[in-house]
Amino acid sequence: MKLKKGIPLIDQHDQFGFWGGKFGGSFIPETLKKPVEDLTEEFKKLRKDKKFIKKRDHYFKNYIGSPTSFVKLENLSSYLGGAQIWAKVVSEANGGAHKIYNATVHALLCKAMGKKYIVGDTGAGYAGKMLSMAAKKFGLKCKIFMGAKDIKRQKPNCDAMKKNGAEIVPVYSGSQTLVDAVSECMRYWVSNCDNTHMCVGSTVGPNIFVKICGWSTAQISRELKAQLKSEFKKIPKKIKLINCVGGGSSAYGFWSEFIDFNKKQIELIGVEAGGPKKSKLHAAPLSRNAKIGVLHGAASYVCQDNEGQINETESISAGLDYPGVSPIHCFLKDTKRARYTYATDEEALNAHVMITKFENLNPSLEPSHAFAEAIKIAPKLSKDTIIIVNSCGDAKKDKDILRERLGKN
Amino acid sequence: MVSLINEAFKKARNANRPALLTYTVAGDNTKKKSLDILKSISAHADICELGFPHNTPIADGGQIQTSAYRAIKNGIKINDVFAIAKAFKLSKKTTPIILMGYYNMIYQYNENKFLKKCKNSKIDGLIVVDLPYPENKSFSKKCKKKSINFVQLVSPTTSDIRLKRIIRDSHDMIYYISMLSTTGGKLKVSSKKILENYFKIKNQKKSKNVVIGFGITEKTIKSLKKADGLVVGSAICKEISRSIKKRQNAVTNVTNVVKRLKNKIK
Ligand SMILES: Cc1ncc(COP(=O)(O)O)c(C=O)c1O
Repeated sequence: MKLKKGIPLIDQHDQFGFWGGKFGGSFIPETLKKPVEDLTEEFKKLRKDKKFIKKRDHYFKNYIGSPTSFVKLENLSSYLGGAQIWAKVVSEANGGAHKIYNATVHALLCKAMGKKYIVGDTGAGYAGKMLSMAAKKFGLKCKIFMGAKDIKRQKPNCDAMKKNGAEIVPVYSGSQTLVDAVSECMRYWVSNCDNTHMCVGSTVGPNIFVKICGWSTAQISRELKAQLKSEFKKIPKKIKLINCVGGGSSAYGFWSEFIDFNKKQIELIGVEAGGPKKSKLHAAPLSRNAKIGVLHGAASYVCQDNEGQINETESISAGLDYPGVSPIHCFLKDTKRARYTYATDEEALNAHVMITKFENLNPSLEPSHAFAEAIKIAPKLSKDTIIIVNSCGDAKKDKDILRERLGKN
Repeated sequence: MVSLINEAFKKARNANRPALLTYTVAGDNTKKKSLDILKSISAHADICELGFPHNTPIADGGQIQTSAYRAIKNGIKINDVFAIAKAFKLSKKTTPIILMGYYNMIYQYNENKFLKKCKNSKIDGLIVVDLPYPENKSFSKKCKKKSINFVQLVSPTTSDIRLKRIIRDSHDMIYYISMLSTTGGKLKVSSKKILENYFKIKNQKKSKNVVIGFGITEKTIKSLKKADGLVVGSAICKEISRSIKKRQNAVTNVTNVVKRLKNKIK
């Protein structure tokens, strides 16, 4: 299993859609074959279409607000000592998280395909909020599937979805979280694929959804590359790019331009949700060595039992609370290009507290997992090491959880 | 080797009616009860489909999900599914049994081991919901080698060129999904339209047994009786749920449903 250079990772799959011969694919019911093929064709055509690219770039700039800023966390760096810590503040993007890139592209694809209805899944509520925003902007009718547990714990984002005119469909099956939302969204698409487009909220699902999502979030690392060059004159010698990993869309977007670099120069570190310190449950299939399985139309490392039943997961962060992970991250793990670890709920909370204390930054619980790793490793590293964390979400949506756990507003 | 599946269709054809295929979930709501149900309904059903339950069934509607979750909650394991099938075949040697489920369970069990176990339990066929053509080519070949029917699925969205290829690589039975829906949806397409599509498949290769499934109930079954076979699943699972809720005998109630379904197509 080997990575190729000079080819985007999203395109390094075989004819059946597998990365490294075993991750990904399209394990879908027969009914979805046609809509998936149609979408594949459309995407293949549009990503080479100059007019479409121009349109995308126009909306990325004027609607999403690219580029998001790249800042040094001076206070945190001097407090911790060791490496310099920087942040790519992707939460500045319209709506407050990276999910807007994928949502915007899917809305454009939906329009291009002449469909009027768009549906999507959401965990933290950002994917849903952004899809509802994009749907409103482009005149599409929008339905969002969301686990009942997540509806309760991410209320601010639900309010936003409703304000944008989207219908939220609560999902009561299983653990009532993201995994169940994705299942229900796929079921809905099976039944309505003739007039409805589906957006998968991360780099998961059947092959084509991994590709579209990765293609969309890759904007983050294009910006970062330019920002690094303008800040340091050239790409520094020792960089660590730290990103939380739920499905893996922000991490892929943050890393895509840097995968071809030597890992001694640019290390890629993914941080999964370790769950509560005292709990056996987690959402960390990569770093806690889950077996390969098939979930939501793709093969990846999946938290599951011996029989192939998908495990319940637990995490304070709804966005990371998912038993599977992107096939491209499985590929990056097995080729050893990226390193994956996890942070517990408590570590993420502590990181959130520390960041908000020292910096004018308010990372949501998902990127707080990434900050936890940065805080852990920074003191042991040299001054010329540049740690960059993708602060990919804003904590406004977490205000209820933070109040409950920290007693603050 | 004779294919019991082919034989079952032949028998129904001779009686001038479609074959009746039932779907129940193994272990719903207990291992014993699901075996009792199978044995009892097979007096009226020509082929029994038995689901091996998965907790993330992306193509199933509410009724079958409920049955699957109930069975899993009651501790059903894949080896129990084989045990139920085996016990069933001991008492009903000529009734074909088709296992139906999701690929991850086969993948975790190991394809070869799974097929060996199928053979050992006298399973006649397999339906894997999320292993479409052509991804299923290698697995369906393995099935064929073991004289286990791999049942290909075809849907209203299947293109003509795909349809040709699927039929070419199919075994004795092809499953036509009546409409764009998960299992258990309300029939939203007219019977006429469904049969039109059905004959598009059937007329390509008359020797294949083509069944229609999804959305078939006591109300709708009669209108589709021109097909080689008709599958009823959710309506049966629903009856199990109803019986449990009302604390009635699920075996009797479900058997009555199947008997009525059969009478409608005689
Ligand atoms: C702010 C934020 N970060 C991260 C994630 C995790 O998803 P991914 O790994 O695809 O970036 C989510 C998902 O909802 C999110 O809202």
